[in-house]
Amino acid sequence: MNPISSPHAHGARSVGRVMLLVMLALTPATLAGFWHFGWPAVMLWCVTILTALFAEAFCARMAERSASAMIADGSAMLTGWLLALSLPPWAPWWIAAAGAAFAVVVGKHAFGGLGQNLFNPAMAARVMLLISFPVEMTQWVAPQATDLPPLAALGVTFGGNITDAMTSASLLGHVKAEASRGIALSQSLTGFWDPQAFGFGQRAGSLGETSALLLVGGGIFLAALRIITLRIPTAFMLGVALPAILANFLAPDSYLPPLAHLLTGGVMLGAFFIATDYVTSPSTPLGQWIFGLGCGALTWIIRTWGAYPEGIAFAVLLMNSAVPLIDRATRPRIFGRRRDGHSLTAP
Amino acid sequence: MTMPAFSARSTLRRLFQRWGAHPEGRKHPAADTEITPLPLPAQLILPLAQHIGAPARPLVQAGQQVLRGELIAEAQGAISAPLHAPTSGRILGIAEVPVPHASGLSGPAILLEPDGLDEALPPEIADPFMLEPADIARRVASAGIVGMGGATFPSAVKLALGQKTRIPTLILNGGECEPYLSCDDRLMRERAPEVVDGARIILRAIGGERAMIGVEDNKPEAIAALREAAADLADVEVVTVPSRYPMGSEKQLISWLTGREIPAEGRPADIGVMVQNVGTAAAIHRAIRFGEPLTRRIVTVSGGAIRTPRNLEVRIGTPLSALVEFCGGTTGTVARWVMGGPMMGLAIRSLDIPVIKGSGGLLALVESELAALPEPGPCIRCASCVGACPIGLMPLDMAALIRNGDLKASVDIGLKDCISCGTCSFVCPSQIPLVQYFNHAKGELAAQDRNRMKQDAIKQLVEARESRMEREAREKAEAAARRKAERERAKAAAAQAAAAKSAPATNTEETTA
Ligand code: SF4
Ligand code: SF4
Repeated sequence: MNPISSPHAHGARSVGRVMLLVMLALTPATLAGFWHFGWPAVMLWCVTILTALFAEAFCARMAERSASAMIADGSAMLTGWLLALSLPPWAPWWIAAAGAAFAVVVGKHAFGGLGQNLFNPAMAARVMLLISFPVEMTQWVAPQATDLPPLAALGVTFGGNITDAMTSASLLGHVKAEASRGIALSQSLTGFWDPQAFGFGQRAGSLGETSALLLVGGGIFLAALRIITLRIPTAFMLGVALPAILANFLAPDSYLPPLAHLLTGGVMLGAFFIATDYVTSPSTPLGQWIFGLGCGALTWIIRTWGAYPEGIAFAVLLMNSAVPLIDRATRPRIFGRRRDGHSLTAP
Repeated sequence: MTMPAFSARSTLRRLFQRWGAHPEGRKHPAADTEITPLPLPAQLILPLAQHIGAPARPLVQAGQQVLRGELIAEAQGAISAPLHAPTSGRILGIAEVPVPHASGLSGPAILLEPDGLDEALPPEIADPFMLEPADIARRVASAGIVGMGGATFPSAVKLALGQKTRIPTLILNGGECEPYLSCDDRLMRERAPEVVDGARIILRAIGGERAMIGVEDNKPEAIAALREAAADLADVEVVTVPSRYPMGSEKQLISWLTGREIPAEGRPADIGVMVQNVGTAAAIHRAIRFGEPLTRRIVTVSGGAIRTPRNLEVRIGTPLSALVEFCGGTTGTVARWVMGGPMMGLAIRSLDIPVIKGSGGLLALVESELAALPEPGPCIRCASCVGACPIGLMPLDMAALIRNGDLKASVDIGLKDCISCGTCSFVCPSQIPLVQYFNHAKGELAAQDRNRMKQDAIKQLVEARESRMEREAREKAEAAARRKAERERAKAAAAQAAAAKSAPATNTEETTA
């Protein structure tokens, strides 16, 4: 091959820059999470990211590549960041560490490193944690608990000093528990469901999932810079909302209203930041629509009929496994050819 | 039939066509400078292969004196182009020289030493609207005109198509979507009437009905000049197209202007369209109106390391070093010399290479303009390349298949449809050399095809030889059998004759009875 090939110019976009912009877009929602859940959330975020970076460096060393160069692309930091945002904010430090290490080592490098993994590393880690440590992974706190001094916060994150008095329930968990006791939705939702509070994040939930509006803002920022397209997020929300509207219309006492679905359990985080992960989502426009719809619909199905109150992580992983198939089936039409590959004919 | 250029369907298509990239234009300051003629260099180097097709065959010998415009090498075969002396002077000979070609190889060239007088042959002037269309094509052929946008396909071969197929629409390509280059821009600004007249001559040659001149919207002066030149003409329309790479690619420009796609296995003529570069139109104008063969062209000399970037009108065959010198030489370190534009141009190592008919630019790029990473990164499946590809291919998948050595699978998903525009490589955040993979694979496939053809030919030869030998053997045997039979017949006849001699009377009687 000719060692110097055209083009003799390149776009300004680089992998590091892309990752940096995604992290920038995540910052407002993350800060909101810190604000609502206090110092333990900050510490959890730090532990997750540091562990992810450490794991990346370790894997680079094992592969005899430059650790600093590998870390510089920002992908490990972003994986850690996304995982942190999907954890209960007062989870103990070892949950964060185990999750981040799993995400980077098993979720990414076991598949061959950046670009090779089939499953979203952060979601793979979240599911692993949920299955292995169901108690710690479903221990939520109400956002009012911000007046915790840093020292006590150390106790929460590193000492596991979390008492029942501090905990609260997430909306989806609460509804599921009540439903299993035979209580109708109209009753269990009273006093629990306030769309306004949910838009800004004053509610129990994962660290970074609660401020739906800030997440949407970040997503639109990325779309405006053409880092992501809005195909997957739009399709994701449609996938959740359409069945929710239908079911809620038919049986409002058994099925949650669509807005409650959209604003809780990380749908916004999932739609804009997790399902849009380049590596584990389809690369064709049509495929992206299908993938988003699938993620959304599966989320609704799992939430409604599954054993777990939340469904994003499972839904995304399931759809991840279909990506190669989707990509193959939805290749764009080639210029001058019909969809089936035959050349157009002269008129 | 006129084309529905602004039908609802094509408007929709515009909305949904998101292909392409937006590289920084970097057209200035070169685009602001008037075309300046470059003085004659000490020597002209005229490669015999400056076009697609068979190389020209030289007609001159060392020591011979030639005049400007004199034929020095003739076209050979159906697709070829002749070569003319760009100035008067003495032929020094024919030598192997480095030529601007991707292979970096050398090729034969005629060397000409200008005498400084620049004496011309008496020109043959004609009014194109008195000429027969076939006559125009013939004159264009003998003027050695080829696609000046870089494709260098002999123009007359295209024009001749008009006699076989109905081609109502002519599109003049003034897109010039490559960054840096402004040679077409300057030509359209300063010589718009020549371009427009060229368009009308081509229309006459192909029996076309209307011409559209497509110009990117980053060249408002050119658009204004062309509009003025075409103001009173009903059959020439100047159309603005958005600045986007690769808008200047034939397929994209046609689809944008007419809403129609060239069939993947067809030609523009199949949908009634022909595309010519604006520079080619101007050259045709000069060839027909003034009998001037193609012996010079406009070249943009630019790039961060050129002291005074500008547009020069250069005799074909001028060594690149003369252009650089005229532009004040270089400042700072040149990271890469490029012939053509940065998107599809050729990296060159020596400035001894001459300007040929298809060279529109010479760039001296500095490191920061290349914006190259030290090495390509892994594919993060960001799909930027998918969105950018104007042809609708999946560059990431094609590259992965080629890397695995599975050329066939990459052909199955469209490798042969790739136009090598390099947009995918340009947008890739990991700077994976995608187009390089594709060009390499296409070369490989072409080599395989050639090999197969060669083998087929050998097989045919062997088979022909075998069947010939068989036939000869059979014929020999047959001949032998025939001779034997004849001998026997002769023997029998002789015996009979002998017998008849012994009893002639009875025998004769018997026969006559
Ligand atoms: S642009 Fe580069 S990194 Fe992105 S999908 Fe294409 S090849 Fe992969
Ligand atoms: S070089 Fe080929 S694959 Fe890449 S963008 Fe151009 S046509 Fe598409």
